[in-house]
Amino acid sequence: MGALNHKFNENILITSLDKLMNWSRSGSEWYFQFGLACCAIEMMSAAAARHDLERFGAMPRSSPRQADVMIVAGTVTLKMATRVKRLYEQMAEPKYVISMGSCANSGGPYWQHGYHVLKGVDQIVPVDVYIPGCPPRPEALIEGLLHLQKKMREEPILAKKED
Amino acid sequence: MTEQEIYASLSSKFGDQVVEFIEEETLNPTVVVEASAIADICNYIKDTETLQFDSLMNLAGHDPDGESDLNVIYHLHSTELDHYITLKTFTPRDDGSVASVANIYRTADWHEREAYDLFGIKFSGHPDLKRILMEDDWEGFPLKKDYVPAEFYRGMRIEKVK
Ligand code: SF4
Repeated sequence: MGALNHKFNENILITSLDKLMNWSRSGSEWYFQFGLACCAIEMMSAAAARHDLERFGAMPRSSPRQADVMIVAGTVTLKMATRVKRLYEQMAEPKYVISMGSCANSGGPYWQHGYHVLKGVDQIVPVDVYIPGCPPRPEALIEGLLHLQKKMREEPILAKKED
Repeated sequence: MTEQEIYASLSSKFGDQVVEFIEEETLNPTVVVEASAIADICNYIKDTETLQFDSLMNLAGHDPDGESDLNVIYHLHSTELDHYITLKTFTPRDDGSVASVANIYRTADWHEREAYDLFGIKFSGHPDLKRILMEDDWEGFPLKKDYVPAEFYRGMRIEKVK
């Protein structure tokens, strides 16, 4: 604390509980580290040095218990869909879902003949932010995370969440 | 050896069980053989001094048109003598079976499971013939041309929402 020592007198900060909690939540969007297809490569790139997601407090966690955000990055096959749902259910509240790329949004290139692909991950888990693109660039993912931050900041915590 | 010579060698050894030799501009030269003989033929071309096909590069199922027999296609390479041959066999759409080559070429193990998973081709003598890509409770064989996708799978809608 060296540089800050004795620079300020004793202070009281006044804010609302909602604001404080939302601020801390939105500053630590820890996302669940799993990727399903090509979009995951862009997610990795977003997390790596050039785009550096940790600037926004977003860091990958290897367990659903520690994650706040699930980035569904890639093609959700029907076989994987059952697992995605289970992983989502294992995450602790509050939890958020980002659907990244055309596949997760709507089935993408498998829209017409994908006998094995779920046409949109929103059929099995509630999605907060959709990111279009095939694949979306890391900048798009970052924008998606920023939108999610905005959404988190506006959330009333003590009021009951509507289903 | 040229493919022509390989074909001659096979047909002199296996007679009727080697059906024909297809040579077209766009395809790899292919020897068509009976399904029941495929394991014997693979044993033979693997162990014979002049052939030495030690590598099964690929094994694939194929449904030509949704009506006629299903095919199984074997792409073989000899790393010793550096020559190639393609074998092709055929089996009825429903309850036919092809002799497994999994104990001759280890590659064939998972490839045969894939051909079973997607085309429903049964490989007799395979050590563990079960689905490899689709879920175990999946119904039907999706790469067959007469496959009709189900509407739901475990409560999830498969067909696009109209
Ligand atoms: S949206 Fe495109 S890039 Fe992303 S997983 Fe699907 S096919 Fe791959």
